[in-house]
Amino acid sequence: MTSTIHGPTIPDVDRMEVADPVERPGGRRANLRTAVAQLVRKPVFLIAVVYVLFVLVSAFWPRLFTSWGPYDTYPESAVLAPSLDHLFGTDNYGRDLWTRMLYGSPLTIKATLIALSIAIVAGLGVGVVSGFFGGRTDAFLMRIIDVLLAIPGLLLALSIVTALGYGTLPVAVAVGVGIVPGFARTTRAEVLRVKTLPYVEAARAGGASWGRVLLRHILPNSWGPVAVLAVLDAGVAILAIASLSFLGFGAAPPAAEWGTLIADGRNYLVTAWWLSLLPGLFVAVLVLSLNHISKTLQELNR
Amino acid sequence: MARYIAGRIGQAVGVLWAAYTLTFAILFLLPSDPMQLQLAAAGLQEDTLSPQQLAALKHQFGLDQPVWVQYWQHLCDVVRGDFGTSLSQHVPVTDLIGQRIGQTLLLSVSAAVVSLLAGSTLAYFATFVRWNLLRVFLTRLPALGASFPQFFVALFLIQFFSFQLGWLPATGTQGATSLIMPVLTISVLASSVLAQVLIKSFDETLSQAYISTARAKGLSRSAVHLRHAFRNAALPAMTILGVIVGLTVTSAIVVETVFTREGVGKLAQESVLSQDVPVVLAVVTIAAAVFVFVNLVVDLLYPLLDPRISHTGGKVRTPPPPLATEGVAL
Repeated sequence: MTSTIHGPTIPDVDRMEVADPVERPGGRRANLRTAVAQLVRKPVFLIAVVYVLFVLVSAFWPRLFTSWGPYDTYPESAVLAPSLDHLFGTDNYGRDLWTRMLYGSPLTIKATLIALSIAIVAGLGVGVVSGFFGGRTDAFLMRIIDVLLAIPGLLLALSIVTALGYGTLPVAVAVGVGIVPGFARTTRAEVLRVKTLPYVEAARAGGASWGRVLLRHILPNSWGPVAVLAVLDAGVAILAIASLSFLGFGAAPPAAEWGTLIADGRNYLVTAWWLSLLPGLFVAVLVLSLNHISKTLQELNR
Repeated sequence: MARYIAGRIGQAVGVLWAAYTLTFAILFLLPSDPMQLQLAAAGLQEDTLSPQQLAALKHQFGLDQPVWVQYWQHLCDVVRGDFGTSLSQHVPVTDLIGQRIGQTLLLSVSAAVVSLLAGSTLAYFATFVRWNLLRVFLTRLPALGASFPQFFVALFLIQFFSFQLGWLPATGTQGATSLIMPVLTISVLASSVLAQVLIKSFDETLSQAYISTARAKGLSRSAVHLRHAFRNAALPAMTILGVIVGLTVTSAIVVETVFTREGVGKLAQESVLSQDVPVVLAVVTIAAAVFVFVNLVVDLLYPLLDPRISHTGGKVRTPPPPLATEGVAL
């Protein structure tokens, strides 16, 4: 996208951002500071953030939080109930379930990140192109999105997994494609909204090319709701990935994603409820935290 | 009006066709070697077969023809109601699904009904009660319900009601009692999604001027809430009826697997595990058809229920589904 300045005598009017009263010098940073100050005062929000951070940190440095190995078997201490030694109890081989959960985290987190990247790149791309160009391009792209929405997400994911086979990567791709439509629609709506605002018109009148307006004005001002949706969709992706690996389409054993651990524990539900219910709770709290963070950010955005 | 109906039906058929085409493309174009995929599904090893056998099988699967010929043939078959033969079970796919669809329909329909009732009741009370603490609790409840993985809810219910209390059978399809927990599992998610949308809609409706007018006339709070607010708030929420039904259908996959119910959902799970391409294609197509059909019915009913919508020139516009539904359902 090349920048063609129509009125060479006008020096970069679009950089002065005249039309937006909030955007005074230093305004963006000051806004951010008040936003952070508001957030710190919300205890539930803080707990949610701390929990998400804990899951991330423990995924990459599990040694910090456990002294057991994920594949160490101790037949003498098989199927122990949760205790201080074994937070989530032990499975039928005497493996510490808490440790296995933490060592399973990178797989699920990796899959979530891949799924989100696909959704963001494709969704943002389609949404921006659709909202920005409008007309026939918009109609055509939105028809495709409608079709994607007509196939329930999990079933679309299932057909992709059938075609690609099992494993972390196919599951991630399948889930990512399922999230694309929502992303595309939200981005499009935002781009459409921002496109009509006076500062876009001002920038155009000041001689900025459409490419410049898109990159400098429309994108930075429309990413808020998209970012909120990204956090929300991280939760959706984790749920979907856990469901798919629960159904048996995830990584091959002995590597264990969260969903696989829960599915394994299901066979011992009568005698050892903790083997499936505690990992399930671990996932549920994570999704709940992400939903809460997304909701708080959404309220802040308004 | 007739033009509107015809247009909507045409659109629905078009979307269904496109959904089928997309699924076909995923299943037939995405695998690097469709032949190997289908051989594996049929339980055969490529290197144990002679070239003649291989060629015969290739012909049997229709893979010796270009993809678009295969596509055309499959499409014609589907229009006639023939979804081919299951690769792993060697039975016509329609028979396979026909035997099981009753179970799934029973589950999905009961779950949809329970979700509608539970979701509306929750939204009604969440916006009606005056005690702030309870109000906040009820408003937050749907977000909680939508966060729990369905397999977790299902396993929790089994552990509690079957193993601790011994009230309900843990698995199986025998009798009405075996239906309670699966329906409950699906309803937790579906009613949460519905309640989220309804509560938002209620909040918008309650700030309208006609609500104040009704109150000023001397009507009681409950009368205003039920007769004026509820009916107006429920209208926009109708647009997500398709999403709710879609949820009950896709939830059947996880729920039927956990509760070992012999339905289409479990069939879908088994077919993906055995990479049984025709069955997966059929299940996805049927699910998309249900979803498209429900949306069509909602679209056609909407102008009848909401007289404010004009149908001038055959153009009737139902509002797009509220954005609150995005990101909740996959």
